[in-house]
Amino acid sequence: MSGFSIKQPGLLSLLQDRGRYGAHNLGLTTGGPLDFIAFDWANRMLGNDPNATCLEVSFGGLTLEAELDTSFVITGATAPCRLNDEDIEQWQTQSVQAGDKLEIGFATSGTRSYLAVSGGFDIAASFGSSSTVIREKIGGLHGDKLQAGDHLPCSGSRLAVNYCLTEADRPVYGDPARLRLVPGYQQAAFDPAQQWRFFNSEYRLTERCDRMGFRLEGETVHSNIVGMLSEGICHGAIQIPADGQPIVLMNDRQTIGGYPKIGSVIPRDTARLSQLSPGSQVYFEAISIEQAHNIHCLEQARYQRTSLQQC
Amino acid sequence: MKIEIAGQNAFIVYFAEQTSASVSAQIQTAVSNILACMQDCIIDLVPSYASLLVIFDLDSSDHFAVKQMLRNALTDLDSAAAGSGNLVTLPVYYSTESGPDLEVIAELGSISVEDVIAIHQQQEYRVYAIGFAPGFAYLGEVDERIAAPRLATPRQKVPRGAVAIADRQTAVYPAVSPGGWNLIGLCPTRMFDVDKSPSMPVTVGDRIRFAAISREEFIAQGGEL
Repeated sequence: MSGFSIKQPGLLSLLQDRGRYGAHNLGLTTGGPLDFIAFDWANRMLGNDPNATCLEVSFGGLTLEAELDTSFVITGATAPCRLNDEDIEQWQTQSVQAGDKLEIGFATSGTRSYLAVSGGFDIAASFGSSSTVIREKIGGLHGDKLQAGDHLPCSGSRLAVNYCLTEADRPVYGDPARLRLVPGYQQAAFDPAQQWRFFNSEYRLTERCDRMGFRLEGETVHSNIVGMLSEGICHGAIQIPADGQPIVLMNDRQTIGGYPKIGSVIPRDTARLSQLSPGSQVYFEAISIEQAHNIHCLEQARYQRTSLQQC
Repeated sequence: MKIEIAGQNAFIVYFAEQTSASVSAQIQTAVSNILACMQDCIIDLVPSYASLLVIFDLDSSDHFAVKQMLRNALTDLDSAAAGSGNLVTLPVYYSTESGPDLEVIAELGSISVEDVIAIHQQQEYRVYAIGFAPGFAYLGEVDERIAAPRLATPRQKVPRGAVAIADRQTAVYPAVSPGGWNLIGLCPTRMFDVDKSPSMPVTVGDRIRFAAISREEFIAQGGEL
C-alpha cells in the first residue's frame, strides 16, 4: 500500500489512535494522544473516523515524502510547516501529490503537533488499538517511535473543499496553566495545611516530563501515609511520593502503583499540560465531580457547535 | 468497603486495609458482578491487592448512576461462589546459574539454597494484581523465611522468565526489563505473548504453583540461558 515515507523522524514521532482501552487487566496502559483536543480536531477536519490513526509529533523535526495524492492537516503545537519548501498553514486542510515533501519544524508554541491524513494511517491494531507505547513495545509500526525509512501506509483521497478552523476557535498554549482536578484517592490523608499549600502554590515543570508522567517542582506536600498497597492508577492522577513533589500521571503511566494520590486532573487540562515545556508554571484548582461533569458536557457541546470554515 | 472518587470517570473501591485470600476472592466476585451487569458503561477494571479501580465511559453514564450500579454490584460478595481461580503450575529452573540471588536469600534467612528452593515451591500463591509491565503478575504471599527486600540498586537488565522475590511477593518477569527484585530461577513459560490468545497464562485471582525442572528440561521447554 502506498502512503508516506519518513525522511527524518523528528525527536519523538508516534502513531496514535484514541488509545487502548479494556487491556488494563493484562497490565497494558492506555497510550493515545497526549493532547486529545488537537488530535480530535485533526481527524474531524478531514472527515475521518474519530479513532483514525494520526501522527503525534513531539517537539518537531519531522520530514516525510508523499507517495500518493491525498489531503492532510496539521493541528496542535505551532511549528513552521512547509510543503516543498513553501510555508503552509496549520489548522487548515491541504493537499499533497506523490513526490511532495512535507516538513514539520521545531515547535514554537506548544510541544505536540498532530498530523492527520485522509482516512487515517492504515496501522494494524494490537489489543484493539494502534497506539504506540514504547515502554511496552506495542502498537505503531514496530512498537517504537518512527525511524528514518519507515513507511506509513494510507489510502489517498483528496477533499473536494479545504476547511480551516478559525483562529478564535483554536486552543492557545502557554503558561501559567490552570490544572483542574477532582480530589479523590488518598486526599483525606493530606491535612488541611498541606492541601492549602498544594492548592495555593505554583509548580514548575521539570525536565523529567514524558508520556508516563509530568514531574513538577515547587512547595513540598506530604500525606500521613507511611506505606500503602499498590492500587489502580487512572489517567491524570497526581501522585505525591516521599519527596513531596507532585507527578501528574499521563497516558503511558503504569496501571498500578503504591504512592499516595491527592486526586486526578481532568483530561482537558492534562491535554493543556502536555503542550507545556520544562520551566512552565502550573497551578491546581480543586473542582467537584459535578463541576467536572459540567465542564465535560459543555466542552463537548461547544466542540459540536463549532463549525469549520471553507477556505 | 469504601467507594472513593479516583477521577472524573473513575472510582476506586477499597475492600479492606490489608490483603488476604478472602479479600482477593471478594474482589474477584466484584469483577465478575460488574462485568455481568455494567458491561455497557465500563471501560477498564484494575483489581489489585485490596482495591478495584473502575473506569467508566463518561459519554454513556455519569458518576451518580455508575455509583448506584456499583453499590448494587458490590452486595453479597461473600455468599456468591467465591472465585477460587484456576490452578496454574509454572516450571522453574532453580540454580545459582539461573538465580544469582539464591545465595543472598539463603544467607538472609540463615537457611540453605536448597531450603530456599524447597520453600518457594511448597505453597500455592494467588495472583493479586497485574501491572508494572504487560503480563507482570504480582503473586503472594511468600514464606517469611525467604522474603527479601528489593536490591538497593536495581539491575539494568533482568532476563525474560526470571523468577523473583521482593518482600513477600514473587513474580515471573514477562520480558527483559530493568528490575530490583531478587532472582532465584528462570521459567520457560511465556507470561505475555502478543501473538497468543489469551496472551497471559494467568489472570488475577488464579492460584499458582512453582515446580522445579532441570537445566535440560528448561532448555527443552524453550528456555534460554
